[in-house]
Amino acid sequence: MYRILDQTWRTLPTLARHYKFGADDEGRVNYRAVRGPEYMRALRQQVLSHGVTILDHSPVLELLARSDGSIGGARGQRRQDGGRAYRIEAGAVVLAAGGTSFLSHLLGSWTNTGNGYLMAPEAGAEMSGVEFTAAYTIAPAHSTMTRSMAYAFATYYDADGHELDLPFGPDQTIGLARALQRGPVYCSLHLLPDDIKARLHTISPNVPLVFDRWGIDPYRDRFEVTLHNDGTIRGIGGVRVHDVDGTTSVPGLFVAGDNASREKVAGAISGGGNVNSAWALSSGVFAGRTAACLSRGVKRSKSRLRPLGRVGREPRSGAQTVDLAALRDGVRAEMHPFDKNLFRTRQGLAASIRVLEGLWAELADHADTGTIASRETAALLATARWSVATAATRNESRGLHRREDFPSQDSGFATRLLSGGLDKVWVAADGPSANAETGQLEAAS
Amino acid sequence: MHRGLSANVLDSGQDGLPILARVEDCQTCFVCELYCQADAIYVAPDCDRHVAVTAEEVVASGRLGQYRKHSGWDEWSDRYPNEQWLMETVFRRAGEAAAQVRAEPPGIIGRK
Ligand SMILES: Cc1cc2nc3c(=O)[nH]c(=O)nc-3n(C[C@H](O)[C@H](O)[C@H](O)COP(=O)(O)OP(=O)(O)OC[C@H]3O[C@@H](n4cnc5c(N)ncnc54)[C@H](O)[C@@H]3O)c2cc1C
Ligand code: SF4
Repeated sequence: MYRILDQTWRTLPTLARHYKFGADDEGRVNYRAVRGPEYMRALRQQVLSHGVTILDHSPVLELLARSDGSIGGARGQRRQDGGRAYRIEAGAVVLAAGGTSFLSHLLGSWTNTGNGYLMAPEAGAEMSGVEFTAAYTIAPAHSTMTRSMAYAFATYYDADGHELDLPFGPDQTIGLARALQRGPVYCSLHLLPDDIKARLHTISPNVPLVFDRWGIDPYRDRFEVTLHNDGTIRGIGGVRVHDVDGTTSVPGLFVAGDNASREKVAGAISGGGNVNSAWALSSGVFAGRTAACLSRGVKRSKSRLRPLGRVGREPRSGAQTVDLAALRDGVRAEMHPFDKNLFRTRQGLAASIRVLEGLWAELADHADTGTIASRETAALLATARWSVATAATRNESRGLHRREDFPSQDSGFATRLLSGGLDKVWVAADGPSANAETGQLEAAS
Repeated sequence: MHRGLSANVLDSGQDGLPILARVEDCQTCFVCELYCQADAIYVAPDCDRHVAVTAEEVVASGRLGQYRKHSGWDEWSDRYPNEQWLMETVFRRAGEAAAQVRAEPPGIIGRK
């Protein structure tokens, strides 16, 4: 954790050429807070100023391996150039393709289909901590605006107009989810202090957009709210790393940011609010540095690189038309409902496992196109299967993982759970723990 | 090309003007509005239901360019500072307010 924070503090100020850091009311420059769109723009300018070539709208479809199994490149498609294929040979590869919200309406997460979670295990890496996906964020119903700050002062009501007892604090989301299971929930922001109301549009300019465009006055009117799933984006879980430099079990392959499991710094809780972006920045710096060092020593491979992508490209039985949109909807139906993903039970998880296995079989057996859509669908399905299998194995409640049938924490599970497997899913404990048996746990499917 | 964009919604039409090619892929992130200095894009906030708006309605609403302006981009940089740094203060004040309510349950408030 110290290394992550230290690196973040060193790196952020180097963006000052491209990001106008705000000064507080006393005139002190604040490096702690960066706003999304401006930060993304600054990172892009920083990268371009170093002479890096960026291929926009060019998703990577699969990794390429050398004959010894180490990773030596990637291959993808240029979406805005008629789908033209491209191929890159490299000394090492850093996967930073983000996490996934399993296609919830979490703001800006629609292109986060967990592609890196599919590609790394195809190369032989393991997943870790993917049971911790039960994070949810509030938004006005029918909107993507999952920005929670203003809701720190929210008052909630049920459909009859009775105020709900949902005090601001760590248990608020659980209470809100239970209320939403009973019926619609309405919200008013009248308690937001006046000085913040007056500056909301310069703190978070996208938050008032939704209200303005719908003609809602959030400080007087009551508007309907919902919760969107955060998946691994504000949850945890991702490709297992052996060090904060993003080293995976596969030579030549590194992971960073949401693509990597964040358990080393966030444990079993959401890293939302600060740890997540600090991890994204620092793990990227470390992974990039280590990958660059490794690349220097790598000789250009004489043998041909072998493409590793399989699912959605090479059908196990006969090729048939597969309704990919239906498969994606199937993933959402298992990963978003509160009774399945937030308030978990053995029976519920077992049912999800069965459904997801069926969807996976459909894709793996028949899809042959190898398109962006089929690979994205494969990534979503693979991640959902590992998540649900791991949740079914962790017979306790810990952090973001909540089992209604095992409400308390069990020291026997004070260990990270690894998972993987494409055709057959496996789950295993990572290393020794207080009094848990190590090695292979009972696989959930 | 449309560099602000994450989903693949717009294509370059004739004369390089963007055209709405795949509006069903829009993820309602509003980012294109920020990058459009002509303030010619309006994103409806609805993410799970289809809404129809006419160009006349949007122009009349006065909302075109609102996000770019309040974000202090381009010509607005001097008038609308980025005050994201206030966010941590808001959360802190909310935490303090909640702690105070817990310390003083309603029945006790006002008693000496
Ligand atoms: C609404 C919201 C608010 C948040 N607020 C905070 C906060 O206040 N504080 C905090 O610390 N964290 C916050 N987070 C979390 C934080 O944004 C993430 O942890 C962080 O963005 C992760 O960065 P990343 O670079 O790993 O992934 P991303 O930012 O998701 O980037 C991954 C990129 O990879 C691309 N990609 C995907 N697949 C492929 C492929 N096959 N080929 C090529 N490219 C691909 C994606 O399009 C994307 O551009 C928030 C998240 C959300 C959604
Ligand atoms: S809001 Fe704009 S940038 Fe975002 S997905 Fe839709 S068209 Fe693209």
